[in-house]
Amino acid sequence: MLSGTLVVVASFLYLGLLFAVAYWADSRADKGRSVISSPTVYALSLAVYCTAWTYYGSVGRAAATGIGFLPIYLGPTIAAALWGFLLLKMVRVSKTQRITSIADFIASRYGKSHLLGGLVTVIAIVGIVPYIALQLKAISTSFSILVQYPEIVMPRYADSEPVWADKAFYVALLLAAFTILFGTRHLDASERHEGMVAAIAVESVVKLVAFTTVGIFVTFGLFGGFTDVFQRAAEAGHVKPLLEPAEGGYASWFSLCLLAGLAVMLLPRQFQVAVVESSGERQLRRAIWLFPLYLLLINIFVLPIALAGQLQFPGGGVDADTFVLTLPMVHQQEWLALFVFIGGLSAATGMVIVETIALSTMACNDLVMPALLRRWGHAPPLQDVSAVLLRIRRWAIVVILMLGYAYFRLAGEAYALVSIGLISFAAVAQFAPAMIVGLYWRGGTRDGALAGLASGFAVWLYTLLLPSFAKSGWLPMAFVEAGPLGIGWLKPQALFGLNGLDQISHCLFWSLTANIGAFLAVSLLRAPNAAETTQATLFVDALKKDRPVGGGFWRGSAEVEELVGLTGRFLGSARAKQAFADHARKLGLRSVSELPADAHTVSFAETLLAGAIGSASARVMVSSVTKEEPLGLDEVMGILDEASQIRAYSHELEQKSQELQEATKELRAANERLLELDRMKDDFMSSVTHELRTPLASIRAFSEILQDTPDLESEERTRFIGIIVSETERLTRLVNQVLDLAKIESGSAEWKTERVDLGDLIQQSVDSTEQIFLDRDAKIGLRLPERPAVLWGDRDRLMQVVLNLLSNAAKFVPEEAGKVTVSLRKHPDGFLVSVEDNGSGIPADELPVIFERFRQGSGGHEKPVGTGLGLPISRRIIEHMGGRIWAESAPGEGATFSFTLPKPS
Amino acid sequence: MKRSALTGHRLAAAFLVGLLLFCSPIPALFDRPSSWDAIPTLYLYLFGAWAALIGLLAWILQGQDE
Repeated sequence: MLSGTLVVVASFLYLGLLFAVAYWADSRADKGRSVISSPTVYALSLAVYCTAWTYYGSVGRAAATGIGFLPIYLGPTIAAALWGFLLLKMVRVSKTQRITSIADFIASRYGKSHLLGGLVTVIAIVGIVPYIALQLKAISTSFSILVQYPEIVMPRYADSEPVWADKAFYVALLLAAFTILFGTRHLDASERHEGMVAAIAVESVVKLVAFTTVGIFVTFGLFGGFTDVFQRAAEAGHVKPLLEPAEGGYASWFSLCLLAGLAVMLLPRQFQVAVVESSGERQLRRAIWLFPLYLLLINIFVLPIALAGQLQFPGGGVDADTFVLTLPMVHQQEWLALFVFIGGLSAATGMVIVETIALSTMACNDLVMPALLRRWGHAPPLQDVSAVLLRIRRWAIVVILMLGYAYFRLAGEAYALVSIGLISFAAVAQFAPAMIVGLYWRGGTRDGALAGLASGFAVWLYTLLLPSFAKSGWLPMAFVEAGPLGIGWLKPQALFGLNGLDQISHCLFWSLTANIGAFLAVSLLRAPNAAETTQATLFVDALKKDRPVGGGFWRGSAEVEELVGLTGRFLGSARAKQAFADHARKLGLRSVSELPADAHTVSFAETLLAGAIGSASARVMVSSVTKEEPLGLDEVMGILDEASQIRAYSHELEQKSQELQEATKELRAANERLLELDRMKDDFMSSVTHELRTPLASIRAFSEILQDTPDLESEERTRFIGIIVSETERLTRLVNQVLDLAKIESGSAEWKTERVDLGDLIQQSVDSTEQIFLDRDAKIGLRLPERPAVLWGDRDRLMQVVLNLLSNAAKFVPEEAGKVTVSLRKHPDGFLVSVEDNGSGIPADELPVIFERFRQGSGGHEKPVGTGLGLPISRRIIEHMGGRIWAESAPGEGATFSFTLPKPS
Repeated sequence: MKRSALTGHRLAAAFLVGLLLFCSPIPALFDRPSSWDAIPTLYLYLFGAWAALIGLLAWILQGQDE
């Protein structure tokens, strides 16, 4: 049986479980093994977006307006695609600037302004208090209903009970205590609460499981599946009205999508878990699709449950917001009902804890701290104030929750849950222009942001919040219906005559118009000053690789001990000392005392302090300790210019050095080639002169002998003269070849064109070299086709080529076993002539170079034979005729020289 | 194009797809009295398109996830 005691005990057990999870996660984090760095945990923590509004209110809204509950979840899905740019930039900026809340973000962006931070905090608190009230209402209502089991009784209006008998009051106190335990056990310099995030992730899982369980129970337990539910609902006439566009039609749909898309980033609790608690940018990637998937899953069963509830409780006696709970109850499923209650409790407490922590941080850093600073006369306190800060935070939590309770008692009953939530969404949407435009446009100024926020907030107050009070009875309804003082065109929900929109779209349109308009208009009244420009650069350029680091914009000096002492007074001296020691270690120094008292260190101290008291206050504190020389606008621009000039110069330098490298490479290659050519020329000179000298020496020697010995025997005489003649011939041949090659290469050779029969030519060449082969005892074979192979060319030159190849072959075949084969074949390129020998072959590395001038194949001979010019000349001749010449060989397997000549066409 | 730049562009395209699927006159096309197996077509379209968009986002980012 369900009794109040059982429910309370179960609730405490669940909250105790959450606290245990948080404690465990915190202790893991202290050991350095963070549990929340997993991308899945990050995505689940984002699901704190789904509160009791999602859990109970979606069904309520579905019952009233059909699919009108969906834009709240479609908006974030569509917006998630942009997180890769927007949220990434926010996370990057926030990590480098140690930003701890939305108020801090906006204040920091526009020149570290206290006033701006304070305004954002006020808007946030005023806007979120109704949302907190909504959660309190959900918890107390669901509790009241559950303990009435097995009867279904809708709870009476809360303001009929005195405060001390009101369950909601105790719920508020309990939540305050819980939040204090979760979030303010110590003052973390980065405002991260690992335990809280772990607990939130667990809560997200619990809410999803609980809701899905109820969904499955209703859809498949009470009915026969989705089809069955819809069919029976259609028969009862419930389905048709659901699918008609709600009041305001498509404008309403669109503005809700927009609102939700903005809220999922700008709600203080969302900013806290998505940006402040983020462990790193890679978590974003999984979150971009996992979070929308969560939203999809938790919404699948909303419509079936709504329809089932309408079928079960016709006539509207049971509030549709409670169907999730009352459906299991009416079917005697007490444990399921208890589980559902725990799920709802989970959703509500998650929201309250995170939102209140975020708000209390803002209140402490941006409302209280500036007041304290003024009291201290902008000088740092003389003793440790970290305990004072913690106390301020805790009191802020209590105050905020009490405000939530107050709103609940005074105004919460008149509205369905979802409507209250949308009011809060519209409030936080006012942050969008200052934040999002501020991330991409440098022109925003502090005054512009103030003007925008103030205008947007004022319009929101007038068009949404005050009417909600009127509808709760605080203010006369005439104010809404006829306008203030009866002025028709100032009607809060039809400003300037714009009617036809539902109240949310109407408010969104006017408030954002006023916000953006004022922001732009006032920003453009003057150029940004030094502080604003500095911050603008840090924010807008956050994703660029060569972004400036904060330290570059400080000028001043400070004693490092003073800095350590200052931060210690806010963070606790142990933590401050630890942070500085880590910083020193990162810079490679051995101890804190080695840190230079320069701008970089001061900037580090300021960032560290910002985590505890907000960036605006941190700047004030640090500048009081250091001898800061504030930078004027000119100097800031100068620093920025210098930085960009340096960047441009270094880019140029890189380019030039690259060009230089390439030029050097080319030069080196050319130099090598020249050296080689030089060497080759020397080789040629020496080989040619050697060749010239040898026959000349013989000619001279033998001529001298003939001259000196007139009475030589005639046999000898004939022999000697024969030698002289042949050597002369050899000499002539050599000189001719050199001249020949020179002529061919310079293009001044004469070429004849006549009819040439290749077969005949080959035969003739073989015949004329017969002697050489006989001398070496080598055999020569011919393979000629039957049909004549006729082409047009220079017959003598071609013969020169064939003779050259034959004589080369003859030179390199082995003695007495040599075999040379000449063949003439048809070839796709024309005619193919090959001279194959069985000599010692040509090594692979020499194959490409044998056709070059002055190169000699070694062929096993020590002394090069010939001039080395035969093959180059042959190549020139063949190429002149349009053919190709090449050699194939492997060492030990002989060589085949081939050339092709084109057929006459 | 570098991998990360390509992903960025794809995500921007997915954003436009999302706008088209849900914030344009297209959903209205499905807002007819017809239904498939008693389940209204609009309901099926909204959840189907939603799942498809999530699938698209997951596909764009799945190669990047370590």
